Amino acid sequence: MALDRFFRRRRPQPQSGAELPDLWTQCPQCKAGLYNRDLEANRFVCPKCSHHFRLDAGQRLAALLDEGSFEQQSGRVHPTDPLSFQDTEPYLERLARAQKKTGRPDAILTGTGTIEGMPVTVAVMDFAFNGGSMGSVVGEEIARAAEHAARTSTPLVLVAASGGARMQESALSLMQMAKTTVALEGLVARGLPYVSILTDPTTGGVTASFATIADVIIAEPGALIGFAGPRVIQQTIRQHLPEGFQRAEFLLEHGMVDDVVDRREHRAYLARLLGVLTQREVSA
Amino acid sequence: MTSDTLSRLEAQVRDLETTARETGQNLDAALTPLKAEVERLRAERSANLSRWDRVQLARTPGRPTALDYVERLCTDFTELHGDRAYGDDPALIGGPARWQGTPVMLLLQQKGRDTKSKIKRRFGSANPEGYRKAVRLMDLADRFGLPVVSLIDTQGAYPGIEAEERGQGWAIAESIRRMVRLKVPAVCAVIGEGGSGGALAIGVGNRVLIQENAWYSVISPEGAASIIWKDASKAPEAAEALRLTAEDLFDLGIVEEVIPEPPGGAHLDPDAAARALGEAVSRSLAELSGMDGETLRAQRARRFRAMGAFTEV
Repeated sequence: MALDRFFRRRRPQPQSGAELPDLWTQCPQCKAGLYNRDLEANRFVCPKCSHHFRLDAGQRLAALLDEGSFEQQSGRVHPTDPLSFQDTEPYLERLARAQKKTGRPDAILTGTGTIEGMPVTVAVMDFAFNGGSMGSVVGEEIARAAEHAARTSTPLVLVAASGGARMQESALSLMQMAKTTVALEGLVARGLPYVSILTDPTTGGVTASFATIADVIIAEPGALIGFAGPRVIQQTIRQHLPEGFQRAEFLLEHGMVDDVVDRREHRAYLARLLGVLTQREVSA
Repeated sequence: MTSDTLSRLEAQVRDLETTARETGQNLDAALTPLKAEVERLRAERSANLSRWDRVQLARTPGRPTALDYVERLCTDFTELHGDRAYGDDPALIGGPARWQGTPVMLLLQQKGRDTKSKIKRRFGSANPEGYRKAVRLMDLADRFGLPVVSLIDTQGAYPGIEAEERGQGWAIAESIRRMVRLKVPAVCAVIGEGGSGGALAIGVGNRVLIQENAWYSVISPEGAASIIWKDASKAPEAAEALRLTAEDLFDLGIVEEVIPEPPGGAHLDPDAAARALGEAVSRSLAELSGMDGETLRAQRARRFRAMGAFTEV
């Protein structure tokens, strides 16, 4: 299978903390013991119960784009500490730690690539970087990716994985919700499709801005997606939350996403969908 | 210490005023200097307020709500109800009115003025219907060429099961986008609490103003404290860290103008607070009135596209 070849040739970055020399991982859902190699070959979906493990940005691109097609655009924009924010540790130290852990300046990776041969612009959030939180850099890179897509007449595919706007940049983070929205208008003006893929977890200011104004929104099975976090809701209403609340399937049922799509199907799904939306000629 | 002196003087003023009213005596000779001293002490105290003090002032019982300002500044307000899809939200209301004479479309976050109405209005925290109603009213504003005036006062969008079922995030995102697209002037004023996306949903203005004792932040101080220290009682520390006061936001370039409040806060003299708010909004409306729709949209887009702090290597 082509996938096997892909993953054998380019081992994804091990997730931080999980840099185990071990050969296997236990599925948190069905508790099955899974060989890491099998898990990777299956795009980090449990072959037994289809539990979708979280991916970092690099793993995500490998799962989404044609092999070897990615050209990175993000990376030149770096975060600063405009508020001199200090909580349990200074913001700059928190950033340095996340940068070291992920090898990225911030919680976003953008660039271009192809999906079954079709050129696309991609923006992938990295939950491994400070919970994928959106500060000025994430906002700026997403805005630039949207502008790049408009300039090059390519569809935009965005993968959300974020706890929401980043507290440590306060109102500046909040403003990224409007900034990204402004930048996405260029795609609308040029009739270019924008597809958003919501993954576990997508909450807060990301759910309330660019991630949910896409032309088509799909979600990964079982992903937690919502505006307010379940803990906040529980504290407010002091009731038990219903089974499956804020999961991808719950959102599909309530009409908030176009479909719940297994990660292993994303590439084929996007190729089919974008092919029709862009009225691409089908090669015989 | 100052506040002790101040409350003693305030009590004296109240007593003298009561005596004057009840006995018909003219006590101005005693009252005038006392009142002046009260004003001076209030101003002095305002200058030394901590960020948490400002948050407290923004929440003071008796602080004018959006409708208190509308009653003082607007005529011909027609409240329009409902999102035409699910329901009507009492926490985010609006409709056409004349703002000091100028026809506008109002979008108001309304907290309620007594216990009953506060509960009904969920303390100003809107459900998705509220944001969808805002979208509908912005459609009308564009259609009839009415500038949008929004008064922001919410701790945040309502965090409830039904709100999530009906797409709270989706509704806020649509409201932001609708505001980005407006071809009419949009002037927004934070008049109390500017909590997170629920506030920004009606905050995408050509001009964004904020009252002196209002706050605006990505998260409430309590929310931040419970995330950082797992302890909501650390909200005062969180307020400091979040830099959420009017002055902070002005320094960060997020608002164009800080609207002064009467010494001690808007609740002490709602009429004076309304005059300052009315004047500031009217002035912004006048500045924007000559611009065509595309220029207004482009100016608003540039304003928000430029926001953020980063370095480029």
